[in-house]
Amino acid sequence: MSDSFLEVQHLTKYFPLHHDVLSRLSGKTRTLQAVDDISFCIQPGETLGLVGESGCGKSTTARLITRLIEPSSGTILLKGENLLAMPSSRLLGMRKTIQLVFQDPYSSLNPRKTVMQMLSRPLEVHHLAHGWAAKRRQVLYLLRLVGMGVEHADRYPHEFSGGQRQRLAIARALAVHPQLIIGDEPVSALDVSIQAQILNLFRELQEELSLTYLFIAHDLSVIRHISDRIAVMYVGKIVEMGTVREIFAHPQHPYTRALLAAVPEADPCKPPPRLTLQGEVATPVDPPPGCRLYGRCPLATEVCSQVAPPLSDRGSGHFVACHNV
Amino acid sequence: MADPVLQLEDLTVCFHLKRGQLTAVDGVTFTVHRSETFGLVGESGSGKTVTARSVMRLIPIPPGEIVRGRILFEGHNILQLSDQEMRKLRGQHIAMVFQEPMSALNPVFTVGHQIADAVRTNLGMQKKEAKERVLELMQLVGIPSPASRYDNYVHEFSGGMRQRVMLAMALSCNPTFLIADEPTTALDVTIQATILELIRSMIERLNMSLIFITHNLGVVAHTCDTIGVMYASHLVELGPTDELFANPLHPYTVGLLKSIPRLDTQTKYLTPITGSVCNMLEPPQGCKFHPRCPHAMDICTQEIPRLREVASGHFVACHLHT
Repeated sequence: MSDSFLEVQHLTKYFPLHHDVLSRLSGKTRTLQAVDDISFCIQPGETLGLVGESGCGKSTTARLITRLIEPSSGTILLKGENLLAMPSSRLLGMRKTIQLVFQDPYSSLNPRKTVMQMLSRPLEVHHLAHGWAAKRRQVLYLLRLVGMGVEHADRYPHEFSGGQRQRLAIARALAVHPQLIIGDEPVSALDVSIQAQILNLFRELQEELSLTYLFIAHDLSVIRHISDRIAVMYVGKIVEMGTVREIFAHPQHPYTRALLAAVPEADPCKPPPRLTLQGEVATPVDPPPGCRLYGRCPLATEVCSQVAPPLSDRGSGHFVACHNV
Repeated sequence: MADPVLQLEDLTVCFHLKRGQLTAVDGVTFTVHRSETFGLVGESGSGKTVTARSVMRLIPIPPGEIVRGRILFEGHNILQLSDQEMRKLRGQHIAMVFQEPMSALNPVFTVGHQIADAVRTNLGMQKKEAKERVLELMQLVGIPSPASRYDNYVHEFSGGMRQRVMLAMALSCNPTFLIADEPTTALDVTIQATILELIRSMIERLNMSLIFITHNLGVVAHTCDTIGVMYASHLVELGPTDELFANPLHPYTVGLLKSIPRLDTQTKYLTPITGSVCNMLEPPQGCKFHPRCPHAMDICTQEIPRLREVASGHFVACHLHT
């Protein structure tokens, strides 16, 4: 696995809830286990799709990898080098390699900056272009790269539609020539017809610039479309991981199956969406030992309440964390 | 199909804004029959919500203005009712469920208190009687152990449970007509599946008619009998669900269906609709879709196509199909 572009090992992030009312009453600090011992790797040029419901730790994972927040434990290897041991002097260089695209292009762009100011800022921070002319040239190149006209350079974000704003957010991420782009629900806020345009743009850019993607989404059809491999998260844990073909043709984990059955497909001939699990999503605050799906799972047995199932290889790169499949 | 319950005829709603006049709904005509489920689909800003709110007379006037058209509910024109008559209609005959239960519910009153409020106002019940009715309703919409949840506040409920509370409130006065405005958009897929199931069973059990507003074609495919597609304030296509999905006619509907990534096949590139939605303050002449339409002709730039019936119950507003 040494040739992985990004390798995440036993990554964990616990948030202590110091100011939480229940913590203060009991005199014991409760912890929110946002990400609990997850491991995965991404090969160069590959797209790993991270899918799960709100609050399952997808975005926390993205923020941990970019070191916007510090993990509780675990290692993150970027091209074999441990990001977490990296001195702060080298962090700037690392940030050039990994860039983030956020969900909401209405809040991720500064309304007071023109496109030119916004796109030339990363060039200044990373000393990639000197002088107005060089910066201007770069900005116009970036605009063309994301399918926008050069006449847009001196406009403000409010003059653009949601799809165009997301193109600008992508251009800003591309400004520093990153190798890994982490998309944190980058198409969720967009209308379907625009969503398709942005998904195509991600594809084109990947081919043109040989980018590696970690693509986070809650929409399974989007994840299926864009990814080579998929990791399914549930309450801080990866429950299943494998190639797109494997996961969709032979979903093993009861949660993955439930997720797939719940998607309403735009085809009245398909079976209607239904939920095969009981109850509601478990809380990540001080969860009981054992499997996080225990209590909702139709396959649950005694052992599930005691021992958390490890993510184990079921052949041909298909990993499942379940005692009973 | 049974008798018509709600008829919209040439409904046109304008907003007079500082920046200019915005026509949010333009000449929308459709009929919802008794116990029919009608899906209103379109992207953000297409006029779905304004259409629904016009039916409830919840459009703020000014800046809004209903310029033309009639809304007939069981034969009576809603637009001519007095405020008092309208209040009676809302809740008791037509109820509405909104997208964001967190902002539609009041955070400083208990959930039980809020539903009871609706019951007492609309049905004139006494406190004790109302509480019994509320517990019954909470049971009906699948809120576990209603008695202990009665005194909980909104923040103590999960997203799915909040939407159940909204539904309980909407159903509190036995309406015959329900308008659901993106009721599952803010929810996760698994929760969405349970809420859709709940709405379906309520409609059937209480024999209601439904207008279901959503941008998600997958959701309407399994929830509605009839679908109306809106684009830039116009109703562009209308037809029975099976027919519309099997044989979409308007280039916008076709484009929309093509741009959805599918679960059963994987293609490298999607086929999106080019361009973006027109500026509604300065809409193009003629068909609003022509700047994005692959089949645009000369006539499309000049004349707004009228909604015409091309097959039994299947209407389309496009110059290609005349």
